[in-house]
Amino acid sequence: MWCLWTAVAFGQGDHPVGNIFNPQATPAESIAHLSVLVLSVCGAIFLIVGGLLAFTLVRFRDRGNDGHEPAQVYGSNRIEVAWTVIPFLIVFVLSMATARVVIAIQNKAVPPHALQVTVIGHQWWWEIRYPELAIVTANELHIPVSSLAKPAPAFLKLQSADVAHSFWVPQLAGKTDLIPNRTNTMWIDPRQTGTFLGNCAEYCGTQHANMLLRVVVQPEAEFNSWVAAEKAIAVDSGAALFFSLSCVNCHAVSGTSATGTFGPDLSHLMSRATLGSGAIANTPETLRAWVKDPQAIKPGNLMPNMQLNVRELDAVVSYLSSLK
Amino acid sequence: MATINDILERPREAEGVPPPSKLHDWLVTVDHKRLGILYIATSLAFLAVAGLQAALMRAQLAFPNGKVLSPEVFNRLLTVHGTAMVFLVGMPFFAGMANYLVPLMIGARDMAFPRLNAFGYWIYLFGGLLLYFSYIAGEGLAGHGTAPDVGWFAYAPLTERAFSRGTSTDYWILSIVLSGIGSTASAINVIATVISMRCKRMTLGRMPLFVWLLLVVSGMVIFALPPLTAAQIMLLLDRYLGAHFFDTQAGGSAILWQHFFWIFGHPEVYILMLPGFACASEIIPVFSRKPMFGRAAMIGATIAIGLLGVSVWAHHMFSVGMAATSNIFFAVSTMLVGVPTGIKIFNWLATMYGGKIRFGTPMMFCVAFLFQFLIAGLTGIMLAVAPLNWQLTDSYFVVAHFHYVLFGALLFTLFGAIYYWFPKVTGRMLSERLGKWHFWLVLIGFHMTFDPLHFAGMLGMPRRIYTYAAGRGWEGVNLLASIGVIFQIAGVACLVWNIVRSARHGAQAGKDPWDAWTLEWSTSSPPPEYNFAVLPEVRSSRPLWDLKHPEDPDWKYE
Amino acid sequence: MTSTIAINESPWNLPDRGRVGIVCLIATELALFTIFVVAYLFYIGKSISGPMPSQVLELPIWPSICLLSSSITVTIAARALAFEKLSTFRIWTGLTVLLGLEFLRQTAMEWRHLIVDCHLTIATNLFGTTFYSLVGLHASHVVFGLSLLSLTLGLGGKMQGQARRFELLAWYWHFVDAVWVVVFMVVYVAGR
Repeated sequence: MWCLWTAVAFGQGDHPVGNIFNPQATPAESIAHLSVLVLSVCGAIFLIVGGLLAFTLVRFRDRGNDGHEPAQVYGSNRIEVAWTVIPFLIVFVLSMATARVVIAIQNKAVPPHALQVTVIGHQWWWEIRYPELAIVTANELHIPVSSLAKPAPAFLKLQSADVAHSFWVPQLAGKTDLIPNRTNTMWIDPRQTGTFLGNCAEYCGTQHANMLLRVVVQPEAEFNSWVAAEKAIAVDSGAALFFSLSCVNCHAVSGTSATGTFGPDLSHLMSRATLGSGAIANTPETLRAWVKDPQAIKPGNLMPNMQLNVRELDAVVSYLSSLK
Repeated sequence: MATINDILERPREAEGVPPPSKLHDWLVTVDHKRLGILYIATSLAFLAVAGLQAALMRAQLAFPNGKVLSPEVFNRLLTVHGTAMVFLVGMPFFAGMANYLVPLMIGARDMAFPRLNAFGYWIYLFGGLLLYFSYIAGEGLAGHGTAPDVGWFAYAPLTERAFSRGTSTDYWILSIVLSGIGSTASAINVIATVISMRCKRMTLGRMPLFVWLLLVVSGMVIFALPPLTAAQIMLLLDRYLGAHFFDTQAGGSAILWQHFFWIFGHPEVYILMLPGFACASEIIPVFSRKPMFGRAAMIGATIAIGLLGVSVWAHHMFSVGMAATSNIFFAVSTMLVGVPTGIKIFNWLATMYGGKIRFGTPMMFCVAFLFQFLIAGLTGIMLAVAPLNWQLTDSYFVVAHFHYVLFGALLFTLFGAIYYWFPKVTGRMLSERLGKWHFWLVLIGFHMTFDPLHFAGMLGMPRRIYTYAAGRGWEGVNLLASIGVIFQIAGVACLVWNIVRSARHGAQAGKDPWDAWTLEWSTSSPPPEYNFAVLPEVRSSRPLWDLKHPEDPDWKYE
Repeated sequence: MTSTIAINESPWNLPDRGRVGIVCLIATELALFTIFVVAYLFYIGKSISGPMPSQVLELPIWPSICLLSSSITVTIAARALAFEKLSTFRIWTGLTVLLGLEFLRQTAMEWRHLIVDCHLTIATNLFGTTFYSLVGLHASHVVFGLSLLSLTLGLGGKMQGQARRFELLAWYWHFVDAVWVVVFMVVYVAGR
């Protein structure tokens, strides 16, 4: 429980450990089942061959009792055939199992009312768009939980604005790359609610390590209220200073003149568990520290230190804090 | 008055010509033995440097939120470590072993093209120095990056000008192109030597397995290195002349780089590993006192690996979104190439079975190699299963897998080869006592580092991250992995001390300290410059066995 | 040291190492060219903008005739050298070099037309990128071959007895010509 508490407190959600053998969604489940077969086969091979090896080492070590060389055996065609055919058969079995799961995962038909999300990778954050719901957010992917009774899979289109990235949340699905000038697709059918942690899994530059991903699986009602909140216009009053600074060149806030697309959309910044795509937890202190000098927290990331003075810093932070 | 022996042993003195300085001798040599020593010594030096770079990386990753290194420094370390280990340690090891031993094993006086040989070495050295020179001279974005920091496989478009400013990536490209020229030169040399310069009656079927394996490796180098060179030329054209090969903004394809790179990259890993098999195939029979079981099958399996190995490259690309049919094809072809590889393991096992195994240091390294290569092969099968690959690729599981291959299998056989052939090269034996210390320390260190990393991958830890947060389940395995480095350093230190001491004070080795059977053991240790006073004539694959056992020679059975 | 007395006294002949070496070199260059050809084929029709092949390329008939006949002349030169007819050798090698130079001159004129008149450079679009790199790679091999051929002319009388080595150079030259056939088909026929 303590681990869970600290994990939640640090903004890591209640599923911080991405154990591929603890799947909480299809297709991770299909993969885990396949891995049982593969591990058993490999384990058996290891025990048999390794055991033979160990036996040989002990039984045939030179005890130095006579000076004669042992019988010079050159080979045996029958044995060669045997240990060629048996591996072929093993390969055949594994190939069949592999093909079945590949087809099941890759060629899954998209049901007509499935949730469609577009994820666009950037150096070093995730842009997340729900085209049919007209929502744009960043770094946290919210999807409704699915069940056998009421399936609600989410279908993702993966693109990249700059270099290659990779979407990997181990407990939900295998990884799929986000490659510029190409659209990949994947799907998640989550059976468990909670926040699942993942990472960008394709080296994409300096802050690849801090391009974390959160998938928040919510019960349907909660998901719907999140959608409603996201759709609401974010801005309140007292934003004049924010809009006079150059923040708007990179960031967007829905319902305002800030429509920059280079950096994450800030419309509902306060609803997110972390800042900087998982670099730090989202608290008033850390928000202030980030705006003051993002390079100190995620060095090399593409938001420069804006050299704000105290008055400007206060105003910007208070404005951002209002973006619920 | 000079006798015939004087003239043969010390020709220049016999003629009254003063001997040139030793350094000069080494700089201008075209003798295959000297060049072989230069290759191996240089690759071991790069091994030490790149190894220390890895040690620094492990120091940074020992604890979560490590502050030992900045992300920029870490990313450069991981790039240069990988690049150096593959191109400046692994490939030259092949070149060095081939250059020293192939002429001796086939009863020739030198390689087919001695001057090309020398050229290959010096261009490799220059390429290697150029890579490390980038630490001083390379430029990046306002201080971001001197040495290359794009990962050893340098995926586009991260390497395009837009994302990789300055010259650091150019150092990566140029150093590899240069050392690649050296490797290609060595490969051409080996093929020409093996085909054209075997001693009398040494048919291809009678060649030592070591030579066969290096012949196949050379063939793979000929065909596999050009795709990398081509891709790098294309990248240079993109970066300097505004071409668009991998420029996704202009319609170029990032995936094309991956295809070209892995068409090189997959045969490359066999190119790296097969010389290790070559060493094991010489050491295991001698220390089991039996001939290699199933020689023909071993040769056939090697050729099968060489041919099949060019059809599996996209198993490095399972996550890029290829169609299901492509993924299935590459999964099956990858599993198929595991069959001849497994056959080899069985044949080595069968060689030992029924033998009289002597556990000298070379053999101990080969035994560890067998266990570790078995595990590496099995984790490879796990990675071949495409859906499982979708979870495990680009994670620490892959890192653990390929270090099992390159360290647990290749480096262990390299160590074994050093203990086995050092007596031939220098005339002195390495200390068995220090050898055993080296072995056990490195064994413990290797397992302590790489066994836990399999679990890190299975718990979701991706590759190439300079740090990680607490609470992900990665702390324990990373700490254990980092501690293992200490044992590895201690073990390698034992090796270095062993070499330094034994070179001067080691026991005299004589011609044939291991009671072995191939031609290199028929000449003195170290061999004279001309290798053999009279070029030999052979009737079987174990000419020395035939000589030592005239009542039961091999040629009766082969 | 010898082992037991050899049973059969049949001659022990192995292939010439120079020939093996040049075959290996050709194989490795073949792999290099293949990748550039693959890139060319992959990017056919994928240019986003700019001049297209059918708009600006013309079949290079005359340059191809020059280059391919130079294969014939170099073969005649090699045979002349094998029969130690040095002056004949020099004439035919000279002819080979001239034909090669004419090929290069035509290439240069074509490129000038493409760059200045059609505004097609390596940076213009994917067609430009793949065209100049593939054709340029081939042209660089022509230049290298011509340099070596010119060297044999410059060596004069020292070429006496070097028929074996010249043959290797001739093989290289045949390879360069064979690659041109592929480039011609891919770029000027299929690509348009």
